[in-house]
Amino acid sequence: MKKILLAGLVLAAGAVSAQSVTSILGSGASAPFPLYTEMFNSYATLTGVKVNYASKGSGGGRADIIARNVEFAGSDAFMTDTELKSAPGAIVHVPMALVAVVPTYNIPGVTTQLKFTGQLLASIYLGDIKKWNDPAIVALNKTAKLPDLAIAPVYRSDSSGTTAIFVDFLSKVSSDWASKVSKGPQGSVKWPVGTGGPQNAGVVGLVRQTPGGIGYAEVTYAKANKLQYGLIRNATGKFVDGGDLNEIAAASDAQSLPDDTRTSITNASIGYPISGFTWILVYKDQKYGTRTKDQAKAMVALLRWMLTDGQKLNNKLDYGQIDGSALKKAQKNVESITFGGEKL
Amino acid sequence: MTPTIPTPPRRSFGMNSGSDNVFRNIIIGLSSLVLVATVLYGFVLIVGGLPAFQREGIGFLFGLNWDPGKGIYQALPFIAGTFFTAFGALLLAVPLSVAAALFISEYAPRWLAGPVGSAIELLAAIPSVVYGLWGIFVLIPAVRVFQVWFVSVTGVPWPPTGTGLMSAVLILAVMVIPFICAISRDVITLVPNDQREAAYALGATKWEVIRFGILPYARAGILGGVILGLGRAIGETLAVTMVIGNANVIASTPFSSTATMSSIIASNFGEANETLRPALIAIGFMLLVFSVIVNVIARIVITRLTPVGTR
Repeated sequence: MKKILLAGLVLAAGAVSAQSVTSILGSGASAPFPLYTEMFNSYATLTGVKVNYASKGSGGGRADIIARNVEFAGSDAFMTDTELKSAPGAIVHVPMALVAVVPTYNIPGVTTQLKFTGQLLASIYLGDIKKWNDPAIVALNKTAKLPDLAIAPVYRSDSSGTTAIFVDFLSKVSSDWASKVSKGPQGSVKWPVGTGGPQNAGVVGLVRQTPGGIGYAEVTYAKANKLQYGLIRNATGKFVDGGDLNEIAAASDAQSLPDDTRTSITNASIGYPISGFTWILVYKDQKYGTRTKDQAKAMVALLRWMLTDGQKLNNKLDYGQIDGSALKKAQKNVESITFGGEKL
Repeated sequence: MTPTIPTPPRRSFGMNSGSDNVFRNIIIGLSSLVLVATVLYGFVLIVGGLPAFQREGIGFLFGLNWDPGKGIYQALPFIAGTFFTAFGALLLAVPLSVAAALFISEYAPRWLAGPVGSAIELLAAIPSVVYGLWGIFVLIPAVRVFQVWFVSVTGVPWPPTGTGLMSAVLILAVMVIPFICAISRDVITLVPNDQREAAYALGATKWEVIRFGILPYARAGILGGVILGLGRAIGETLAVTMVIGNANVIASTPFSSTATMSSIIASNFGEANETLRPALIAIGFMLLVFSVIVNVIARIVITRLTPVGTR
């Protein structure tokens, strides 16, 4: 009798879970975590589907999706060819937001917004420019009263997507940087000079405390903490404010994006030059393991919503929106997701 | 003919009901579980770190270049960082701790010894993240003031960040003092009063009593405390990461940024890619090996130093 009852319960439970998916599990990048939290909260009140996202870092998220521990992963870096090959199935990249990185500084007596070129930032982080009153800095900032003060470069001590975007930009604008430090996006590099602080908070804390400090942080972070940050000259010679969300969005539209959106958009011809996508990664064929078609449908529905109504939250939280050609390609990638070859 | 020592019969008391056997087996099972866990731990670290060992060879231990951008992982800067910070901290902490222990056990009046002793033990219970915050908000600004003064005197254009090797050594010293002090105090209190009285009877001064009566008796125990402190200094991660400056190079000056084995793991594991992760796990394995070596040396030294007759 007991056995029959138990079997009945199991059957009932199975039937319920097959009909309505109530939760989706993801993990990964911490940079878009504030945005995703807001998006998932709105989505839960809207649809009743709860999305659990563990903000453990992009690398952890990519490892999780390769091991199929999660249904989706968030990552500030696109997967390398090696990583894609090591995954048990094809993975699609869906860009969800644009993250801009700005240089923040602490120079006593300087209140004007300083102007930087990529070459100048590279020279500072290479240790070639050591003082704030160096002619190269003064030439760009004639109105600022720059003191005879040692520059203290600060970087992220943890491997991070912010660092990847920043050094990718430096490697594109400075051949010295490319030959000595890094080529392309790298989460952590061997810094020639400076001090490392953990997370955005550690970098910002060190810059704040150190007279003469310069660091780099996500613009969301710089704005939330009311930090001074500099303008960056883009490829067309215009000095651009990383806090201008239209300029960030423009950078993504300027590129001729590959269909899988796996590309770096730093040093774009227009818009803000130090920015990058943050992606959601999912399996192209959702039929694997014990996944049901309903789960696959719920996953795709979430991605569709994040790319449409969800995008309205981006600007509110100081992230760039996915727009123009990037949006078209992102949506195409979502629609390419299948369940055992069946469209969803 | 050598005299045979009669062996006591096993289970010479109690009822031979079989419950002893059950208990014995449970104890053996549980204690071997600890051993199995340790072996598995080492095994997992070796397997996980193997790609890094294979790629770098002996250079993993003796190479200076840790460059994730180029995929080169040589861990000497971190091994050196761990040793510099740990032994630097001991250099500062041991004299202070032993002096404090002597004060509590030999000099302080009873009404003062109790509270001071408890206060030092309390220091051992503070989580390391709290020490780290203290480092950021109190220690680093203090070191920065010193750096600014140093720069103004010497003219060396050093950016006064306040972070670096010196800050890490200072914070570690503060963190290991309670361990060394609490244990030293306990072993000094345990020195039999006969020892003191005998020395006084010979006309020794207070200092001579301590120097010749107490310290030789307690030195093995004090060293045990020092080793415990060393263990904490080697393994300490969070507080060090927050103040050391995190550069992948050996510190060339006391103010230079550097990193330790545990700090590089802590700061890079979360976002590590497929080549960085094995290198970090390999460092974890080296950390395990060093801990074992430190423990073995400690055992040998403690046995050697224990006064004959008290073993």
